[in-house]
Amino acid sequence: MSKSYRDGLPLSAREFIDQLLRFRRGSISRRHFLGVTGLGAATAVLASELGLRPMPAYAAGELGDRMSIATWPNYHDPETFVEFQTKTGVAVEVNVFGSNEEMLAKLQAGASGWSLFVPTNYTISTYRQLDLIDPLDVSKLPNYDAAAQNKRFTAEGEVNGVLCAVPKNWGTTGFAVNTEKLTKPMTSWKDFFDTAMTTGSGRAMVHDYQLTTIGNALKYYGYSFNSLKPDELAKAEELLLKVKPHLFAISSDYQPAMRSGDAWLTMCWTNDGAQLHRDIPAIDYVLGKEGGEIWTDFYAIPKDAPNKPAAYALLNYLMDPKVAVQEHIANGAPSTDARVNALLPKDLLDNPILYPAADLLAPLEFGAAATLTDPARAELMARFKSA
Amino acid sequence: MSSAARKRLVTALLLAPAAVWLLLFLVLPFVAIVVFSLGERAPAGGYQPALTLAQYANLPARAAAFWNTLVLAPAGALACLLIAYPVAYYLAIKVLPQRRLLLVALIVIPFWTSLLIRTYAWMYILGGRGIPAFLELVGLPDVRLINTPGAVLLGIVYGYLPLMILPIYISLERLDRRLLEASADLGATPFSTFFSVTLRLSLPGMMTGFSLVLILLLGEYLIPTLLGGGKVFFIGNALVDLFLQSRNWPFGSAIAVALVGIAVVLLLAANRITARLSGARQVDLL
Repeated sequence: MSKSYRDGLPLSAREFIDQLLRFRRGSISRRHFLGVTGLGAATAVLASELGLRPMPAYAAGELGDRMSIATWPNYHDPETFVEFQTKTGVAVEVNVFGSNEEMLAKLQAGASGWSLFVPTNYTISTYRQLDLIDPLDVSKLPNYDAAAQNKRFTAEGEVNGVLCAVPKNWGTTGFAVNTEKLTKPMTSWKDFFDTAMTTGSGRAMVHDYQLTTIGNALKYYGYSFNSLKPDELAKAEELLLKVKPHLFAISSDYQPAMRSGDAWLTMCWTNDGAQLHRDIPAIDYVLGKEGGEIWTDFYAIPKDAPNKPAAYALLNYLMDPKVAVQEHIANGAPSTDARVNALLPKDLLDNPILYPAADLLAPLEFGAAATLTDPARAELMARFKSA
Repeated sequence: MSSAARKRLVTALLLAPAAVWLLLFLVLPFVAIVVFSLGERAPAGGYQPALTLAQYANLPARAAAFWNTLVLAPAGALACLLIAYPVAYYLAIKVLPQRRLLLVALIVIPFWTSLLIRTYAWMYILGGRGIPAFLELVGLPDVRLINTPGAVLLGIVYGYLPLMILPIYISLERLDRRLLEASADLGATPFSTFFSVTLRLSLPGMMTGFSLVLILLLGEYLIPTLLGGGKVFFIGNALVDLFLQSRNWPFGSAIAVALVGIAVVLLLAANRITARLSGARQVDLL
């Protein structure tokens, strides 16, 4: 039996034209026309697919139809925002940034247009101090469960006892290396910078971000990741200036270059390391044995957020463990939420990129708030880039 | 009202919108920038009032970026000029008039797509899976094109070529062909006709195109970011960095003022050269 694409259609093309002509002559009503042709049903389906029908919990129009989030490259499952739009009718515009300084600069300048953003642990107290973020109204976040959070990672969401941010995930800052191109095993920041100047010359990347680029250069000499001491910073600057001619690029969006084979070695965050290793097994993620950064990224709502109702709706949606699981599987960063960990697949929980051995975790430092606003570190980074 | 007074009033009324626009969006912001440049960086970044020239004294800290800009921007404008001239000449003089519109449209059409997207395309063309992959196939491994000054220059020429072609094209199109015939009649070779007639008469178009491209390039930051990998650093990149990363508004403002100063000097020089050469031209014509 042959099957035509016309099978199953409510009516043939000729019948459709007949009905259309009758409708235009006024012989049948619009309602009748939409009914017999199936256009009415199609429009309704289309409308709900496009997210034009609001989520039951919200009245139509209450959330508006768009909001904007500021976050990091390759940090979310794109499906998350599509589903949120289907459920609420709110389209989410995603802006990605390369550093916390960049986010702070936008918020300080005003009118960023973001309703939600993803700051890192050490920046939250400064945002609060500068009165750039709102304290969070937990009653609007029924999916957030403070008791399920691992306090080691989430304490900085509270500033002076006021909840200002809720955690997205934690992670580490190490480096990713293409072991097909750079076969000598690497275990330290000393290896990273030395390789960048020798066998990896022209193929290494550092972040466009003062905290990690300066911090890891400090670790090369065994200094604290957060050092503000002028003599230690001077040594770090010397190293960075020596490395610069050998670099492939200074950028926090390093996945494209690592995937295309342009870059072989890059400073790297857990989630990017997990994504790269998952897709290209030859790319390893290494934590410098001297130490480096451990971090937690949070969600916070700017004081001047144009669409706070949608921000709370999206934030609550993201705090739903079922949604968070999808985010973690896509993004590859470990969760701070026990409810999410219970739902994560075992291979993810056993992944050493996400959950490094205790001896590698022990020397890591959380970023210090002072590094965010310190003029010497900011100017050092700017000098390095403009050299 | 006398007719002279009415004429002045009409002129003033017609100029008023442009004057208000310039005052609001050029003069006032520039005054704000000058005020900022005399201030200090606030503890958490931004601006706090002060009266100091410290920011200007610190300008040498961005010497490398100034130098990059002052080398690559004129080089880019010059490369644009050398490539644009034959194209404009072909369009204005050689091509059949009925095809001209189509060809001019083809030059303008890329402008309908954002420069950002077109520059992104170059990232992939010059990146490891683009031209270098092809070169590897023909036995030239490990060629790196992206994130080099050459890549930035290529992006600049690609992005700004139409801005150079159009003014030159217009000046060549207006050229009185009888002058070329006269030159030939008087015994000049095509070669010397080109240099002493065509080239000189199209000089204002060349200078317009050159100034336009040069001024835009002095503030360029997108192409160096995307095709230079953050390593080929223009003064525009230093500005973006100071405002959007280190949040040092006073120092950024001082650099902006210095950049405006440089642009003004370059423009005055370009004008002087054009005026001198075209002044000579007018004497010739009389």
